Amino acid sequence: MANILAFAELRRGAPRKVAFETVTAARAAADASGGGEVHALVLGGPGTASVAGQLARYGADVVLVVEHPGLEHGNPEVFAATIAARLRAGDYRAGCFPASAQGRDLAPRVAAALDLPLASDITGFDLAGEALIARHPAYIGKAIATIRLTGTPALVSLRPGAVTPVEQARAGRVESLEPALDPGQARVVVTAVTERAAARLDLGEAPVVVSGGRGLKAAENFKLVEDLAAAFGNAAVGATRAVTDDGWRPAADQIGQTGRMVSPSLYVAVGISGAIQHLAGMRTARVIVAINRDKDAPIFKVADYGIVGDLFEIIPRLTEEVRKARADH
Amino acid sequence: MAFDGVDFYQLDTLLSEEERAVRDTVRAWVDEHLMPVIADCYIEGRFPKELIPGLAELGVLGANLPEKYGCAGLNNVAYGLIMQELERGDSGIRSFASVQGALVMYPIFAYGSEEQRSHWLPRLASGTEIGCFGLTEPDYGSNPAGMITTAKETADGWVLNGTKMWITNGSQATVAIVWAKTGALDDSKSIRGFIVPTGTKGYTAKDQKGKLSLRSSDTSEIHLEDVHLPKDALLPKSGGIKSPLGCLTQARYGISWGSLGAAMACYDEAVRYARDRVMFGKPIAATQIQQVRLAEMLTEITKAQCLVLTLGRLKDKGTMTPQQVSLAKRNNVNMACECAREARRLLGANGILVEYHSMRHMANLESVYTYEGTHDMHSLILGQEITGIAAY
Amino acid sequence: MKIAVCIKRVPDTEMRFAIAPDATSIDQTGLKFDLSDFDGYAVEVALRLNEQNPPGEVVAVALGPDAAQETLRKALSMGVDRGIHLAAAQVPFDGLAIAHALAAELKDGGFDLILFGRMATDTGNGTVGPMTAELLGLPCVSAVSGLELAAGTGTGTAQRELEGATESLSFPLPAVLTIDEGIARPRLPSLKGIMAAKKKPVESRPAALGPIRLTIDKLELPPERAAGRIIGEGAGAVPELIRLLRDEAKVL
Repeated sequence: MANILAFAELRRGAPRKVAFETVTAARAAADASGGGEVHALVLGGPGTASVAGQLARYGADVVLVVEHPGLEHGNPEVFAATIAARLRAGDYRAGCFPASAQGRDLAPRVAAALDLPLASDITGFDLAGEALIARHPAYIGKAIATIRLTGTPALVSLRPGAVTPVEQARAGRVESLEPALDPGQARVVVTAVTERAAARLDLGEAPVVVSGGRGLKAAENFKLVEDLAAAFGNAAVGATRAVTDDGWRPAADQIGQTGRMVSPSLYVAVGISGAIQHLAGMRTARVIVAINRDKDAPIFKVADYGIVGDLFEIIPRLTEEVRKARADH
Repeated sequence: MAFDGVDFYQLDTLLSEEERAVRDTVRAWVDEHLMPVIADCYIEGRFPKELIPGLAELGVLGANLPEKYGCAGLNNVAYGLIMQELERGDSGIRSFASVQGALVMYPIFAYGSEEQRSHWLPRLASGTEIGCFGLTEPDYGSNPAGMITTAKETADGWVLNGTKMWITNGSQATVAIVWAKTGALDDSKSIRGFIVPTGTKGYTAKDQKGKLSLRSSDTSEIHLEDVHLPKDALLPKSGGIKSPLGCLTQARYGISWGSLGAAMACYDEAVRYARDRVMFGKPIAATQIQQVRLAEMLTEITKAQCLVLTLGRLKDKGTMTPQQVSLAKRNNVNMACECAREARRLLGANGILVEYHSMRHMANLESVYTYEGTHDMHSLILGQEITGIAAY
Repeated sequence: MKIAVCIKRVPDTEMRFAIAPDATSIDQTGLKFDLSDFDGYAVEVALRLNEQNPPGEVVAVALGPDAAQETLRKALSMGVDRGIHLAAAQVPFDGLAIAHALAAELKDGGFDLILFGRMATDTGNGTVGPMTAELLGLPCVSAVSGLELAAGTGTGTAQRELEGATESLSFPLPAVLTIDEGIARPRLPSLKGIMAAKKKPVESRPAALGPIRLTIDKLELPPERAAGRIIGEGAGAVPELIRLLRDEAKVL
C-alpha cells in the first residue's frame, strides 16, 4: 500500500503531456503495491484548480492545488520548497517528477532539501519492499542501468515519452495548499516564458518525428521535411547536429547525444546517415523509417523500414501518399 | 568523425601526460580548422594562410624553442607529436610549420646574436613574421654545398646575388634565411646565413605553378639581385655547410613524425572504409586481400612509431645524431608513401576523389620523399655511416 | 569575480563501449577519458566571465580518483587558475553523495558563482549541480543556454530551454548555474597553456562524501532492435512503405 506524490507540470495553465505520464506512472506503482493513493501536486496562477479533472482522469485520487499570482510562469524555489514540504508532511512511498526541463530542475532540489535518494531520467520503476528499482539509460543511451534506491520516500524523474498516459479515472478530490515560500521572497525570478512558434508540436510530445540531415544538401530543402511532417498532421520536425551546427535549423531542433532524446511512435530519418551521436537521440522510437541514397548508411541498421534512393524524388511521393492514407481515415 | 589515432602497441602509456595533452590539442585543432577546408584548398592549389594566426595562437610555431622567446618550450617528443598531427591533416600545413620552426626560427636561435633572437623569434612565433629558408638552387639540390649564390662584403654590409628554388613559404614570407657563399665559389666553408627581409629591394619571389603534389603549400622561386643588407643581417655563428645542414636535421626529425601522421590518416580511412563498404554481400574488411593490406599498414605504422619515439627521447637526451634522423626520415616517409598508396587502392574508385584523403596524402608524400634529403641521399648518408666510405 | 567550476572526468565512449564482466560497470580497457562535454562549456563560461570581469580567479574542483587530476590539469591548461581534487576511489552514482562533498568544500570559498555542466555524459543524471546549490542554500538556475552578468551589479539574467519555449530568469549573486550546450564553445588548450598548467597549484584532499543510497544493480546493453529491412528503391517503393506502416507497424 504505497501513496505516491506526482508533480504535474503545466504550461500556460494547462497540463503538459508529461503531467499525464507522471500521474499514470504513479497510478501504476500505487496499484502494484496493493492499492495506495496518487496525489497529483500542481502549482500555478489563479484558476489552476480547473485542471484537476484532467489529472483525475489519469488516476489522481487527490489533486493538491497551489494557486498564487506569483506562480503564473513558474517559480523554481517556491515549487521546490512546496513539493518538499508536502513530501515531508505526507506519508508517501515515492515522489514522481517528469524528467522535463522543469522536472530535472526541481527534483534534485527537493531531494537535497529532504536528504532523499533520487533516480533521474528513468524509463520505469518498481517498488520492491524497502527498495525502489528503476531503469535508467546511461552512457547516452548505450547502456541501461538498473538502479536500486534505498530510503523513503524515494524520488524519481521519468523520461518524457517513456510512459504512455492511460486513462483510469479516479476521484481527483481537490485540496488547496499554500506555497511553502512566499513567491515574493524567491531569489530567482522567472521574468518571461517565450513560446517558439505556438503551432509547432514539441519534439518530445509528437507521436511522429520527421528529421532531416545533410542529405538534404541545403537549408531551403528542409521544406520537403516540413511538408512531410504537415502531411502526417501530428509530426514535429527534427534535425541532426550537422545541420544545426551549420545553422540550417535551430539548435533546439537537434536530436542526438547533446540535443533532444525523443521516443515517438514513428521516426522518419530523411537524408540522415546515422552517426552514433544521432542514433543516441532516437533509437528508442517504436518504428524507424530511413530514406537515404546510400544503402550502406548506418541508419539502415536501426531502421525497421528503409528506402534507398533519391530523397528528392521519394519524399514528395511519400508526402502525397501519407496525405492520401490519412484522408482515407 | 573525430580522428582517434593509431596505437597498437600502447605507446600512449610511454608518453607523459603533457605530451598526450599537446598531441590531443593539435589533433582537435586540425579536426576543427584544417579538415573542413583542406580538400578545397588542395584542389584550388591554395595554402590556407588564414589558419596561420590560429596555429600561432596554439603555440605550434617553433614549439621546441625556449619560452623566453615567446615559444612554447616543449620537449622534442611533443614537437614531433605536433608535426605528426599537422601532417595527419596535410603535408602542406606541416611543411609550413617545419619551415617556420625548424628552418627559420631554429637558425636564428642557433646561429644568431641575442639581438637577432630577441627581435625575430617572438615575431615568428606569433606569426607576425613569416619565414622561408633559401638553400636549394635550381642546379644544387642534393648537393647544396655547390651553391652559387654569393654574399659580397661591402663597406656597410653585404650584397647578395643568386636564385633559390623550391622554397616553401617563399612568396608569403616577410623574412628569408638565405645561405650564400662569402668567399670563392669552390669554398663551401664560406657559406654563411643571412636574415633577409623580403621587402628589401632586389628580392623577388615567384610561385612555382603546375604542382601535382603539396598543392596546399606555397612553393616559390626566389631571386636576389643586388640585395643590399646591413652588417647585422649576418647570422654570426653560422659557417660552412654544416650550418644549414644543422637546420635540416631539425626539420628532418619533424618530418619523421609528420609522415607517420599521414600514414595514420590513410590507415584510419582505409579501416573505416573497409568496415562500411559492402560488396558481394559482406564488408570488404571480410576479404583476405584487404585484411593483408591493413595488417601491412598497421605493422609499418607501429614500427615507425617505435622508431620516432626512441629518436625523440635521444634528441631530448642530447645524443641524437644526424644519421639517426636520416634512418627515421627515410624509413617513415617511404612507409607512408606505401601506406597511402595501398589505402588508395583499398578505397577503390572512391579513392580518387578528394573527399577521401589517401590520394591527397599519396601525392603529397612524393614531395616529402624528395625534399629534406631525398630517400636516396639518406640511403647514402647511412651507407657512409656504416662503411666509412662516401659514395655520393 | 571568484568562480568555481565543478568538473568530472568521464570516459569517451564514442569509439569503444563494452560492459565489464561484473555487469555493473563499463569495461575500461583501452578507454580514453576526458572532461565531460557540458563541463567544458562551464569552464569556458567561467574563463570568459573572468576575462570580462577582472580581477578574479577561476578554481576547478574535481571529485574522483587520482586520475581526476589529469582532468583538472586540462582545465588549468585552458586557463583555470588552480585546481582542487577531492579524492574518492570511485565516483558514486548517487549525485547527493557527491553534492555533500562539493558543498563542504565550496561553502567557505566566497565564490560569486559556482558552475556545473548540465549533466555528466556518463551517468546522464544532471543532479549534482542543483543538489549542491540546495545544500549551500544558494540560488540556482539549471540548464542555462544564455547568460548575462556584470560583476558590479550583483545580479544576472539567464535563459534556459523548456520544451518549445525559452524561459528568462533573473538571479542574485552568489549563485549556482548549470550550463547547457550552445552558450560557448570550449577553447582548445594552447601549448603554452599546457606548459603553464604544470606550474599551477592543485590541492588534493579526501572527499567528504555523503551517504550513498543509489547503487547500480546491473548494467546491460539496450535490447537490440529487431533487424529491419530495406523494402525497395526509389519513389516506387513508397506505396509498399505506406502499406507496411499502416498494416504491419500500425503507426499510420
